[in-house]
Amino acid sequence: LPAQDQPAGKPVTAVVQKIEIQKLRQGDNLILGFSIGGGIDQDPGQNPFSEDKSDKGIYVTRITPGGPAEVADLRVGDKIMQVNGWDMTVVTHDQARKKLTKKKEEVVRLLITRKSLEEAVKHSKGCHPRQ
Amino acid sequence: MDNESQYSGYSYKSSHSRSSRKHRDRRDRHRSKSRDSSSRGDKSVTIQTPGEPLLDAESTRGDDRDDNWGETTTVVTGTSEHSLSNEDLTRVTKDLEESTPLECKRFIGPVLGGCLSFFALITPLAFLVLPQVLWRDVLEPCGTPCEGLYVSLAFKLLVLLISSWALFLRPPRATLPRFFVFRCLLMVLVFLFVASYWLFYGVRVLEPRERDYRGIVEYAASLVDALLFIQYLALVLLEVRHLQPAFCLKVVRSTDGASKFYNVGHLSIQRAAVWVLDRYYSDFSVYNPAVVNLPKSILSKKMTGFKVYSLDESTTNNSTGQSRAMIAAAARRRDNSHNEFYYEEAEMERRIRKRKARLVVAVEEAFTHIKRLHEDEVASSPKHPREVMDPREAAQAIFAPMARAMQKYLRTTRQQAFHSMESILTHLQFCITHNMTPKAFLERYLSPGPTMQYQQQSGRGRQWTLVSEEPVTSGIRQGLVFSLRRLDFSLVVTVTPLPFLRLGEEFIDPKSHKFVMRLQSETSV
Repeated sequence: LPAQDQPAGKPVTAVVQKIEIQKLRQGDNLILGFSIGGGIDQDPGQNPFSEDKSDKGIYVTRITPGGPAEVADLRVGDKIMQVNGWDMTVVTHDQARKKLTKKKEEVVRLLITRKSLEEAVKHSKGCHPRQ
Repeated sequence: MDNESQYSGYSYKSSHSRSSRKHRDRRDRHRSKSRDSSSRGDKSVTIQTPGEPLLDAESTRGDDRDDNWGETTTVVTGTSEHSLSNEDLTRVTKDLEESTPLECKRFIGPVLGGCLSFFALITPLAFLVLPQVLWRDVLEPCGTPCEGLYVSLAFKLLVLLISSWALFLRPPRATLPRFFVFRCLLMVLVFLFVASYWLFYGVRVLEPRERDYRGIVEYAASLVDALLFIQYLALVLLEVRHLQPAFCLKVVRSTDGASKFYNVGHLSIQRAAVWVLDRYYSDFSVYNPAVVNLPKSILSKKMTGFKVYSLDESTTNNSTGQSRAMIAAAARRRDNSHNEFYYEEAEMERRIRKRKARLVVAVEEAFTHIKRLHEDEVASSPKHPREVMDPREAAQAIFAPMARAMQKYLRTTRQQAFHSMESILTHLQFCITHNMTPKAFLERYLSPGPTMQYQQQSGRGRQWTLVSEEPVTSGIRQGLVFSLRRLDFSLVVTVTPLPFLRLGEEFIDPKSHKFVMRLQSETSV
């Protein structure tokens, strides 16, 4: 379906982590050092990282070793929820790419979620129950 | 109560003594006779489908047949009037026919209907003929309109005759316990109708010697018209109304759980029972009493070994409490009977497969021994004369090598009661005549066929008992349960209505079928 005909996204609750990546200048381009996959116009069944195979969010599929993303502790399989305040959960692949590769921005602040975060939170909640 | 006690009467041990069989047959016949009467506590009435030997192929017999034929020893002893020998079914049916005079009841309904319709068909002709005979001289002649009426009368009568013959003149296939309501209604209607016409005719025409002949002819024509309409009503009520499916009947056989689903229309319970029985004979595999689910050796280990002592003084409902305690204890005890069952079943299956393989090979080899002689072939050369055989002799010639394998296989699958040596030879002869392959010959033995396959063509019919909590002439409705009982098994029928279908519509433009490849892009940023 084209982007404008996609059904509306469902409300999402997730534990997120802030990651700040400084773009690296390589010749004429500013690169971040990772690859993304996914989008509302893509096939969610092919996503190896998502738990729910109908999840059409943007996922990190590759990290260039030694690149800015690796330095900032971004990991393969992370789902990107926001980029510099822009929502990434209901966007097309191309829109996501555009938000990440704005020439004017040198820093991108990502909100990402990963499974291990949830478990860490659960674990910490279990160990230290709130009074 | 499990079926074991019932089977003890039929004695699964193969007995070659004729005296014990004599006793058994007498007991069987007595039991069947007592079930013929429809006097029961709850409303169980008898459906009798025409013609049935009391000891037909469906009742239990175990393996008491003389199945030594594979070993080429045949024992033929003197048969008394009450004993049954496999090769002598004709004598048995003759016996039974003279002992149970059930034939008359079967034909009362059709004969009555036939008389009534004959009377109804003759009436218009009588209306026309009587004035001519009695007071011809004073009748006013009527010209062309009368002739037109004559022709139309003749053709309508012809149509009535032909359609009555086509629709209603059939041998009855079942006798129902209660009156067939629609048919009775129609016969009463016809009778009243014709009687009232005769009444008016007698009062208005015969008495005053009516002279207007045209009026009489028109009167007769109106009678024929009305008869045509009554026949239309009969057609709709008896033949058409129940064609549109409205209910789904689930039929389950009580002994082995074989079940089928059928769609029927609006019928009374008794008619639905006949309908189900029609389908039973060709859809259900034959009832084999020799095939039981769990062998007794496994089941019998359950309840032994517990003795219950009651410690408190209360004596109220002691027995139920005791038995319940025993059942609970037996269930909790760890027993391995399921293990035994599993292994025994696997062993049985292996044995069946082995025997089947031997049988198939034996039959294939046997079939290679003969070939069909074509007319243009030279019948025999002087050096190697070949004996030309007819199918029966050819069958007998090739039966010997496969007989033993066949007998062993039938015994393993517990089918030996259904196939006698004579029947196998006949089937072999049939297959040879029709150029069938060995596989086609074996099809009859490798899987149990429908009950129809094993029926002897005697005119006796089958005795079934319809057991129902509602009057059997009431129509079937949702949630109704009735059962059809035979000597040793019964069919339980449950009625559910077919769901109402709400059919919607969706139009698809044929040009709207378009496809794209799935996207899985990966972009590096």
